[in-house]
Amino acid sequence: MPKEKMNIVVFSGDMDKVLAAFIIATTAASMGMEVNMFFTFWGLNVLRKKKFTSGKNVLQKMMNAMNRGGSARLPLSKFNMLGLGPALMKTMMKRSKMPSLPELIQTAKDLGVKFTACTTTFSFMGFAKDDFIDGVDAYAGAATFLGEVMDGRVSYFI
Amino acid sequence: MNTVNKDVTLDCYGLLCPMPIIKVAQKIKGLKVGQVLEVIATDEGIRTDLPAWCKMTGHEFLGVQEVNGEFHALIKKTKE
Repeated sequence: MPKEKMNIVVFSGDMDKVLAAFIIATTAASMGMEVNMFFTFWGLNVLRKKKFTSGKNVLQKMMNAMNRGGSARLPLSKFNMLGLGPALMKTMMKRSKMPSLPELIQTAKDLGVKFTACTTTFSFMGFAKDDFIDGVDAYAGAATFLGEVMDGRVSYFI
Repeated sequence: MNTVNKDVTLDCYGLLCPMPIIKVAQKIKGLKVGQVLEVIATDEGIRTDLPAWCKMTGHEFLGVQEVNGEFHALIKKTKE
């Protein structure tokens, strides 16, 4: 029997939404499914290294200084309160013995979840491959993702 | 369920979803076919999560019992 396949578009760069995406991804991988995660738009922040600025021109540099990357410092979609919300949330998660987002990302990698970064967002935001973590398996466009979707059973957009 | 011999025990005490399932998936790899894994967890989700995991992976779910707020579940490894 071929492996069941799950495809997840990670559009959001909000910590809470990305956590949900990774909980589904790691669980699916643990259940023996092949999982592809396609990161686009704000979702690319999950795969970015913690770095002050990136970009090739002034607009991109300004944008990327405000749109901070790094999985450990994503904002919350609600109650962000200039970063106080995520800090409180992380403490609460730790007390409940929940893995942090960076830990879940590592678990996903260990379980063989494939990460694809969207080349369109990558280019218009002026990123360089050096801005991204090592776990990125591929840089590709929508057609590649749709190709995966066609022979997958489940697709999510988060 | 009490008559089944358990070969390995996995402690998932205090862990929330999805950690118990991830740990089970990792642990079962080290077992031999026919061996029974006991999972002890406090997250009630394990009641339905483990049978669902077994259904997808093909391992045999032998049951779950609640003992003083802890859930003791048994799984038999049926294939490599």
